Amino acid sequence: MKIDFTHHQAAHCENGVVSNLMKYNGFDISEPMVFGIGSGLLFCYIPFLKVNHAPAVTYRVMPGQIFKKFTTSVGVKIKKEKFKNPKAAQERLDENLKKNNPVGLQVGVFNLTYFPDEYRFHFNAHNLVVYGKEDGTYLISDPVMQTVSTLTEKELEKVRFAKGPFAPNGHLYYPIAFPESFDLALAIKKGIRDTCKTMLAPIPIVGVRGMRYLAKLIRKWPLKKGVKVANHYLGQVVRMQEEIGTGGGGFRYIFAAFLQEASEVLSNPKLMDLSKEMTEIGDMWRDFALEASRIYKNRSSKPDAYNQVADQLVVLANLEEAFFKELKKAI
Amino acid sequence: MKKSEVPQDKSNLESANFKELCYAVDENGKYTTENSTGWIPKTIALDNAIQEIEERTRAAKERAVQGLSSPIEYYMELNKMDLSILASYVGSFRWQVKRHFKPTVFKKLSANKLQKYADAFDITVEELQNIKHED
Repeated sequence: MKIDFTHHQAAHCENGVVSNLMKYNGFDISEPMVFGIGSGLLFCYIPFLKVNHAPAVTYRVMPGQIFKKFTTSVGVKIKKEKFKNPKAAQERLDENLKKNNPVGLQVGVFNLTYFPDEYRFHFNAHNLVVYGKEDGTYLISDPVMQTVSTLTEKELEKVRFAKGPFAPNGHLYYPIAFPESFDLALAIKKGIRDTCKTMLAPIPIVGVRGMRYLAKLIRKWPLKKGVKVANHYLGQVVRMQEEIGTGGGGFRYIFAAFLQEASEVLSNPKLMDLSKEMTEIGDMWRDFALEASRIYKNRSSKPDAYNQVADQLVVLANLEEAFFKELKKAI
Repeated sequence: MKKSEVPQDKSNLESANFKELCYAVDENGKYTTENSTGWIPKTIALDNAIQEIEERTRAAKERAVQGLSSPIEYYMELNKMDLSILASYVGSFRWQVKRHFKPTVFKKLSANKLQKYADAFDITVEELQNIKHED
């Protein structure tokens, strides 16, 4: 059976699945809207977590948070299930498909056969929608892909029961009830307020303070860690900022797109100006990535070069601090 | 970023014939989306990360061939895993997996445990015990 589900490509999987499921149910909610209401924007340096042997930096909130925040904020009820037994997980999925109900799944990326090899890491918080099953093959709408894909029963079981951090355990979810009317304006304001709060939080590793903290560390990397490790660390920062899913500029462009939409919904022209400002900040994040790439491309260890990108990061922190203070006042 | 400035550089995405989505503004300053084939700064970052993994894999293989480490370490690196990921696949603690890196301990592993490792790496027990020396 095949459910009449329209696939829309998104920059990020979590926003994309929510937006696509909302659209399927007749609510035209864009990806930036999901991201903004879900307060997806962040900066956080996580010293105790290593990803691929380098410290983790994230430009967005923890996996699952956008989804949770968005659905509670607009009042959509979600049914979620996790499974111990892969058979039971498959049966429940098939039941839903038979009832013409497309479902969201959390999966691991490593065994996703349609992904380019270079992108198949052990990242377990990827999201996709299953919208049908034909001859034992599942029809998959993966929001980061341009078109729909397919996975066999065995392949799907493997990605649903990937192990490691954020193990999905067959996690399956779908909306069961929608509110009679959306108070989008209220949800937008709440989303913006919370983003301002975290970006300006008095925690040394979060938000603008996190950027300054990371800038300090970057200055020390070449001497303390050596060329090779320093280059590797810097490359990881850029990857977290620009890899698939961010929409470019560490999610700053998606956020600017959200502010633009929000400006129309709230009839608040100030948000339009702030959207422009955020776009410029996003451009500066791109410059930061470009500058950093010059360092690791040449395998350079000149402390000067590291100081220069650290300076750029401090400028970004100052700009974002002023930006979020103003944004807080604008709503 | 302007829509016309969305980078269209060559990247690893090409192998899967896929373009990612970027957000950018059009000529009227309105936000829209544009597909991108890739951007050199991140392609270099990804290539470097992959090279790192390949170097670690080569080193682990070398150690396994010389009998300094068990093939488990090699296959772990080959599958882009780390201790905590592998430990959760085989249902052991990290320190146990680390212990299984010792060739003497590896030789005494039960058939059951070997099968678990083989399943985690998607290979046979035979392949796990005899890593190929070529290439």
